[in-house]
Amino acid sequence: MLSRPLFRFVRDDRRINFMRGRHMGLIVSAVLSIASVILFFQPGLKLGLDFRGGIIVEAQTPGPADFGKLRAALDHAGIHPDAVQAFGSPRDVRISINAPEGADREAQTQKLVDGVKSAISTAEPGTQVLRADAVGASVSSELFRDGLLALGFSLAMILIYIWVRFEREFAISAVVTLILDLTKTIGFLAITRFEFDLVMVAALLTILGYSTNDKVVVYDRIRENLRKYRTMPLRELLDLSINETLNRTLGTSMTVFLAALPLALFGGSTLTGFATVMLFGIVVGTSSSIFIAAPLLLLMGEKRLRKETDAG
Amino acid sequence: MMYYSRLRLLGVAGICLIGVLLCLPNFLRSPAPSMPWRQIHLGLDLRGGSYLLLQLDLKSLEHDRLQSLQDQARQTLLDHSLGYRDFVRDDVTASLSFAPRSDAERDAALKAMQSLPPVVPNEFATSEKDGRIVLTLQHEAMLARAREAVAQSIEIVRRRIDATGAIDPSIAREGDDRIVVELPGVSDPERIKSLLGTTARLTFRLLAPNPSVASPGSTMLEDESVHTQVAVQDHVDVDGTDLTNAGAVIDQQSGGWAVTFQLNSAGATAFANVTRANVGKRFAIVLDNKVIEAPNIISPITAGNGQITGGFDARSASDLALLLRAGALPAPLSVMEQRTIGPSLGAASIHAGVISLLTGLLLVIVFMVLFYGRFGLYADVALFANLILMVAILSLFQATLTLPGMAGMLLTLGMAVDANILINERIREEVKRGRAPLQALQAGFDRATGTIIDSNATAFLAHVMLFVFGTGPVRNFALTITIGIVTTLFTTLLLSRLLVVRWYALARPKELPV
Repeated sequence: MLSRPLFRFVRDDRRINFMRGRHMGLIVSAVLSIASVILFFQPGLKLGLDFRGGIIVEAQTPGPADFGKLRAALDHAGIHPDAVQAFGSPRDVRISINAPEGADREAQTQKLVDGVKSAISTAEPGTQVLRADAVGASVSSELFRDGLLALGFSLAMILIYIWVRFEREFAISAVVTLILDLTKTIGFLAITRFEFDLVMVAALLTILGYSTNDKVVVYDRIRENLRKYRTMPLRELLDLSINETLNRTLGTSMTVFLAALPLALFGGSTLTGFATVMLFGIVVGTSSSIFIAAPLLLLMGEKRLRKETDAG
Repeated sequence: MMYYSRLRLLGVAGICLIGVLLCLPNFLRSPAPSMPWRQIHLGLDLRGGSYLLLQLDLKSLEHDRLQSLQDQARQTLLDHSLGYRDFVRDDVTASLSFAPRSDAERDAALKAMQSLPPVVPNEFATSEKDGRIVLTLQHEAMLARAREAVAQSIEIVRRRIDATGAIDPSIAREGDDRIVVELPGVSDPERIKSLLGTTARLTFRLLAPNPSVASPGSTMLEDESVHTQVAVQDHVDVDGTDLTNAGAVIDQQSGGWAVTFQLNSAGATAFANVTRANVGKRFAIVLDNKVIEAPNIISPITAGNGQITGGFDARSASDLALLLRAGALPAPLSVMEQRTIGPSLGAASIHAGVISLLTGLLLVIVFMVLFYGRFGLYADVALFANLILMVAILSLFQATLTLPGMAGMLLTLGMAVDANILINERIREEVKRGRAPLQALQAGFDRATGTIIDSNATAFLAHVMLFVFGTGPVRNFALTITIGIVTTLFTTLLLSRLLVVRWYALARPKELPV
């Protein structure tokens, strides 16, 4: 049984003409990315607690939760939550309040959390607090800034690394592809209404790292083939390189996908969103390695890459 | 050559063995307390507990220093019998200024100001401007003072938390003016929050001659015992730093709760002097700018101990005693961020994490065997070793593991087999080109290595950035992935290669199972 692989994604001698569909691929990608940018502004991302500040209290009531009673108790305590909703089982209640305004908003935010906890435990004795988070407005804006910095610096580091290890055309096409990937993922976030928080930034960065990894492998092969087949037209050469690495591209995507899948299914509220976005990112990253990164290289480097290797 | 030297073989096997040994403490009880027993710590999200981010109010630190400097300056001028007019304190520019009584006294006043003792070197600059003498606090010195204040606050926060009996708290500085407190197992941090939110600066000061209006050198403060405003002199006669002990007791006369305190010799002397000189006047006990009570001085108190009765109950009296024993914070602390995870959610998260990790691992293992046969199996062995090494390194550094950290481990495992896939695909290509098995193996490993390093380097960079800019659980995610990339390079480039080479040496196959 172990002597042979049991299956392959594509036959080794199969040559798919990917470059024929390059315009289609670029157009579809551009349209999706533009749509995502529009979605980013309208309706926009649903910011998580980390980035918008405020409080969230999640509690489990002893019996099925009586929302009217809970709302009344909060109202009585002078607390006006932005949402009181069920999540998970009928006993699970989530109460969220946006960061208060005003001069002493930091202190207010922290006070609210205790107010909510005592109000619900009075209304429903025996209630267990599962989670109580309060993030002040100044902290949340710092977290947001740090998240964007992490994304920005990562992209810059990737650009520099590929530039140094490969050539300018490779670096620029990679980063453009990554930005296209990233915008689509953000569009996905806007549609699915998963909360955008620090964990999501981690998901975006992992997608970024993974997607780059995928591109580097294809680029590596292109570079090798540029040296090996000195007279082959770039278009043909790109097709050859993509085909040669196709089984590895799909194989690796598959293993990462399989690793992330249980997180999406059983990861609980913290990780479900994270892992679902990861799964989306893996699909987008894999397809962009095939349909976007190489065609961009053809578009940008048709003359330069071929001429240079001819001369050298 | 394709043959591993014995030394290399032993090296790889040794590292794997060390990895297994380092993992063991996580599953066994320490046989003796003296043995180094390094374990992975579970993060608050898995263990349940509270996280507090506190910020020290540096502005008030500056304000306090300015006020005490003003006090000192006035006293010095008085001691040198130098006159002054229009003494101004400006919090915005962090400066004090006054006009000397006459030009003749200006040089003497300037000299007196220069002789004031600084708390830290180069604390303030003295200058002359438009006939006024100006003292300005220096930014550098204030920063040094702030650093000191944060360190001091951490110590006091620790003492206060220890006094509540919280188990295994972690208190650490973050940035310039923040302190992170982690309290495992504390699911209701309300009491600790209120303890940390109290500065607990106790002072004893005389009331102003006319306590109903503010006059220069005094401030209106709320008297909590009667809920009115009284004018209290700014000059501090006895400070809480001179306290040596405090305790909650039941007052013999009223039957209510009270807090007793004991002063050190310097405090006791000062207390005796003030009470002797001011018999019949009212003496305010001020805690954090609120007057707890302001009794009349009936007779001089020379023993250096006393009692505060201010409408306490058992809880507030023992909390105040605790705060006084632990010492005052150099400046107020405020909570900026608070996260609490109940124990049941923590347990559910561990469950979710372990189930996901095992399922994911199983899926990847099955896929690799189906996709690559025997070489897939070797990749799986390497994968298992990778998991062990990750746990080993995390244990060695006694790192914290959070739920996102577990996700990071799982994704690392998903990515780790990428290196094996690259190698196997390469070997397969070489075989298709008609190379003999040995040459195909050799070429496959050699050519794939460059690609593997390039592709892992970019992922490594992205996650280092995340580690640098991330906080809390996200940082943990980045940490496990970064460690995972390093262990992946070891297990794929050395271990799985070793397995393939050993198999080849033993089986001498005519063709490769790729």
